Amino acid sequence: MQKLIVTIILILLLSGCSGNWGWYVVNPTTDGGIINLKFLLSGLYYTILTSVVAIFISIIIGLVVALPALSKKPFLRGINRFYVEMVRAVPILVLILWVYYGLPQMSGITIDVFWAGVIALALSDSAFEAEIFRAGIQSVDKGQYEASHSISLNYMDTMRFVILPQAIRRVLPALGNQLVYMLKMSSLVSVIGMEELTRKANELVVTEYRPLEVYTVLVLEYLVLILIVSAGVRWLENRMGAGK
Amino acid sequence: MDKIIHVENISKNFGDFQALKDVSLDVAPGEKVVICGPSGSGKSTLIRCINGLEEHQSGKIEVNGILLDQSTESLSLIKSIVGMVFQQFNLFPHLTVLENLILGPTRARKMSKLDAEDLAMKYLERVRIPEQAGKYPSQLSGGQQQRVAIARSLCMEPKIILFDEPTSALDPEMIKEVLEVMTELAVSGITMICVTHETGFARSVADKMVFMDDGEIVESADPEKFFTNPDSQRCQEFLDKILHH
Repeated sequence: MQKLIVTIILILLLSGCSGNWGWYVVNPTTDGGIINLKFLLSGLYYTILTSVVAIFISIIIGLVVALPALSKKPFLRGINRFYVEMVRAVPILVLILWVYYGLPQMSGITIDVFWAGVIALALSDSAFEAEIFRAGIQSVDKGQYEASHSISLNYMDTMRFVILPQAIRRVLPALGNQLVYMLKMSSLVSVIGMEELTRKANELVVTEYRPLEVYTVLVLEYLVLILIVSAGVRWLENRMGAGK
Repeated sequence: MDKIIHVENISKNFGDFQALKDVSLDVAPGEKVVICGPSGSGKSTLIRCINGLEEHQSGKIEVNGILLDQSTESLSLIKSIVGMVFQQFNLFPHLTVLENLILGPTRARKMSKLDAEDLAMKYLERVRIPEQAGKYPSQLSGGQQQRVAIARSLCMEPKIILFDEPTSALDPEMIKEVLEVMTELAVSGITMICVTHETGFARSVADKMVFMDDGEIVESADPEKFFTNPDSQRCQEFLDKILHH
């Protein structure tokens, strides 16, 4: 099904090759086209690296922030609410600009483009991860805590061996969603100059002056990347579900 | 008399509802106590207070000489000597039977994996399902799951084991296999408190019968007197209902 859709889109796009289209800029049969395509694809490294590092950090922050939400103490729950509401209210682009330009000035620490991008993306995503984990953990039956209590497990062991493995299995589709979302949002770090897919496309547009063709390739790059990741997430879901 | 469980005038409220009213109960080491009574009478709440799953609001609970005061130390000491078997089994669905059994020994008792597995197999044989060690709980029948739950509890080698309506969620043909395991366990000298309406089991195993109604212990007697000639009217009425249906 996915292959069919991709093919149809490609046919539609390529059918317009006459007229105003200038596909020569990305024509793989010419040397110039190949150089341009390689240039565009070279952004893949930072797109993937940024997204993967950011989602990893974001999951860890999300988990740490989700746990107090399950506490009986209103103060701890308050910390969770405060973090989630604050972070969720800031647009990602604004957070990227603030971390890159604002944070060094405030803290005196210089942050390079890569880490500024990763931190901003991870922070912004962590609020959503926290909510996902909270929902997943709350969906685990109360009896599982009681059984853990009855075999003398402490809080950490109960979470690590009993509750989280079940919760994570349940939220895996939502986590996959966040990874896809993260790959797309990583295009925003192009504004601070990270050399990822979108930035490369922007640079090529400036030199070649063919935005339509270059951005079409950019769209396809994201499309293919995300279809691959989606398939991977589905495979993982099936594999983890197999034991149950 | 030496007591392993001493419950003195405890009360417990859930909001406006008073689940336990001034309940007192003493259990001697090795004693088997069976608690029965209508639903909502506080039976489960009482035993859940004993292992700290519920917090009592007034009164005093001592288990093996340790005062249960909701401090982490007293709770973890009491947790380590009191096992519990639940109505809904509460096995860990993502772990195999063997993994369910060794989790407590390896994490809480700091045993090596090999020792824990030996221990687990010993108790699986005792509940007569060693061949199911590699399966997941969802692949077992209800009766088998409950026997695994009993074995999981035994792997902690508790001094006291609490049963919270262990056969209520089972199909009739599976009740017997679970009761047999429990009866065998009773012979071993462990202290048992069972919330159950299985009168046959109660007659053959119980040293003491307790009848609860409306958050109070109404009757407490040896099984012989309890089933033939209870003092209270409420207990008599309840027995009539469960014995002659």
